[in-house]
Amino acid sequence: MSDNKKWYTLDLGLNKKKSTSSSCGCGNSQGSCTSQAQQTKEEELSADEFYERAVNAAIGDERKKDGFEQVFDVKMDRRDAFKKLTASLLIGAGAVSSCTSITKDSDSKEKAQIDWEEQFKGNYKLMTDDEKKSTVDRLMRSYELRTGKNINMSSKNAEEDVLFGYAFNISKCQGYMNCVSACVEENNQDRNSQMQYIRIHEMDDGKGFNFNEADDNYYHEVPAEGHFYMGTQCFHCDNPPCVDVCPVQATWKEEDGLVVIDYDWCVGCRYCMAACPYDGRRFNWSKPEVPENEVNKNQHYLGNRMRKKGVMEKCTFCVQRSRKGKNPACVEACPTGARIFGNLLDPKSTIRWVLENKKVFRLKEDLGTEPKFWYFMD
Amino acid sequence: MGVLKVFKSLVIDSLDTITKGSKKYHIWMGFLTLVMLIGMYCYSIQLDEGLSVTGMTDRVSWGLYISNFTFLVGVAAAAVMLVMPTYVLKDIDFKQAVLIGEGLAVAALIMCLAFVVADMGGPSVLWHMIPGIGVFNFPASMLTWDVIVLNGYLFINITIPLYILFRHYQGKEAKKKVYVPGAVLSVFWAVGIHLVTAFLYQGLQARPFWNNALLGPRFLASAFAAGPALIILVLAVIRSFTAFKIPDKTIKKIAMIVTVAAQINLIMLVSELFKEFYAPTHHSESAYYLFFGLHGKDALLPWIWTAIPMNVIATIILTFGKFRNKLKVLYFCCFLLFVAIWIEKGFGLIVPGFIPGPYGKIAEYLPTGIEIGVTLGIWALGAFVFTILAKTAIGIELGELRYKPK
Ligand code: SF4
Ligand code: SF4
Repeated sequence: MSDNKKWYTLDLGLNKKKSTSSSCGCGNSQGSCTSQAQQTKEEELSADEFYERAVNAAIGDERKKDGFEQVFDVKMDRRDAFKKLTASLLIGAGAVSSCTSITKDSDSKEKAQIDWEEQFKGNYKLMTDDEKKSTVDRLMRSYELRTGKNINMSSKNAEEDVLFGYAFNISKCQGYMNCVSACVEENNQDRNSQMQYIRIHEMDDGKGFNFNEADDNYYHEVPAEGHFYMGTQCFHCDNPPCVDVCPVQATWKEEDGLVVIDYDWCVGCRYCMAACPYDGRRFNWSKPEVPENEVNKNQHYLGNRMRKKGVMEKCTFCVQRSRKGKNPACVEACPTGARIFGNLLDPKSTIRWVLENKKVFRLKEDLGTEPKFWYFMD
Repeated sequence: MGVLKVFKSLVIDSLDTITKGSKKYHIWMGFLTLVMLIGMYCYSIQLDEGLSVTGMTDRVSWGLYISNFTFLVGVAAAAVMLVMPTYVLKDIDFKQAVLIGEGLAVAALIMCLAFVVADMGGPSVLWHMIPGIGVFNFPASMLTWDVIVLNGYLFINITIPLYILFRHYQGKEAKKKVYVPGAVLSVFWAVGIHLVTAFLYQGLQARPFWNNALLGPRFLASAFAAGPALIILVLAVIRSFTAFKIPDKTIKKIAMIVTVAAQINLIMLVSELFKEFYAPTHHSESAYYLFFGLHGKDALLPWIWTAIPMNVIATIILTFGKFRNKLKVLYFCCFLLFVAIWIEKGFGLIVPGFIPGPYGKIAEYLPTGIEIGVTLGIWALGAFVFTILAKTAIGIELGELRYKPK
């Protein structure tokens, strides 16, 4: 944000230069990829050549794996993608036998192996700790193979005697939206569609909590005269309707109260989105993109790891931070101290102090969802 | 294996009939194929770019696909209205209509499943939903109930006609003992698919527009109007293009069903409107949006104000036996009713559920060209499947297709 601007604009890093680490559609940085050649002289391929390339293209490509991309930094134009889709269909059963011809490159063999295991892995919720560990290791290795960079992904489980809760001080919030940008950066949210977990509603003084007339998409200097602000996000309901409706148990409540999603298990039906009374969920309508140099590499399987197209995601109270004893990014970023986070089971925590000493309330209590997110005023 | 041999011969014979036909038939099938191909192309774009090519957003997260799905469940369930009297109550009038009705149910169910798949963000991981291999969140999730009842209904509606046709193909009578229990089961099942689909929406406390006890019954009433209305139209077409005899009496009996269902549907509509507008609450906003628009946003007005008059006019005309018995008038009314209910139970039901959003945000929804392309493609698929099924069934029933033991 430049200094001479009076009004506030959300800085999502869109103006920063995008990295072009690999322009090749197959995601293979080892040089064995042929999709470039394929693009330029696609018409003049002999049948054999086409087959060979199709094999290469398909094995090096996540599309074969699941039909929607899990590639993170790779661009692919539609024609190319469609061709690969066809190619992988063409190969079909032949893929197994023809593997020998392309395994000269051990990396691509490993990649194919990882992709295979990833495609058929189970639901994270039902995994044992060892399986969780190996899943996470596999994903880290996969990222390394694809981009040559390392990430750190955790599969840390909930700790005992912890139940996370959140409180929001309406008197303090000035609508700066630092929390929103911190959240976007921390959680690797799609920059293209400007996905945001947190919405700040600007309300008119004297009208009470009138969400209908509030503006949750403002672009002007804050705090604006005659307004007050209120933030919403996923409230991590204790009785979450979104969890019951999921047909495949891709979303569930963890022991420490976090409502999480297994992005790789979600089938993208969006039933949970319809069931959430708090507008807490966000869907990846297209392939999420995060410039490579802005990727937060401290990840958790259930938290800010890279998502793919066609899956649900939402606020996780920054599981990658909170399970390490840190505050979520929004709490840390808030300059006014309006956001309070902590363990509800710890009698000495700030959140408990707030709940016991302030007049707190929650939204839409009549629905029986029991949000673990309270509002209060000074 | 005698049965297998007969079955093989049946498949070969039916392949033979469906590839032969009049010029009009070939044009019809060619047209459907073209539309399906266009639909597939649109779907390939959607697969590639994601659901962002549709008009859906985080604010309105279900649209045209789910609307059509909901409506078609109703059409599928309606086949039962013909099954019951024929098989169980021994009312012979309906006999010919039933095969057509069940064919229609199969086509509608296939369309339903296609719409659901088209709506999924990750069609390639749909195996996560297969019980045993994946994780099936039964009984908590209504969607899993829906999967079970829809597939079960599909199974019933394939096996019963198949059995009957199979027997007729060999020149034998179908045994009542075998198919009547299946028919009775399908009666209950049809009500089940409908209620369960309604419960899918009805059970969401987050959406007051859907969270209302009348939703299920209204689903039933509108389905039993729209489904048989479609059957009447289809029978009319079959009557004029094939040698298949469908007596006027049959059509008039079905018209009776349509009329009663349409009347009940109208009564429930009045009850709903009364509740929403006599003492409007915060929860009536979706209905306000649907019928009058909110804060200048009124994308659904033309739709609903087309549907309501069509619905009312058709119901009034049908109520008078004098008009109803004139076939031309009847067909017209059925057409009106079908379109009206398609709008009302599709668009008019799904989209306002999301508007206004949980915090009162009004974001409108309009389907994109690609979405419409896929939708038309799936409808063409349904028509294609139905034409094939109907042609074979009619061939067998007319005695043109018979098993010839060598
Ligand atoms: S706020 Fe919505 S998404 Fe979050 S737990 Fe509650 S119902 Fe689920
Ligand atoms: S979108 Fe994903 S998480 Fe939500 S209900 Fe469907 S499968 Fe479950």
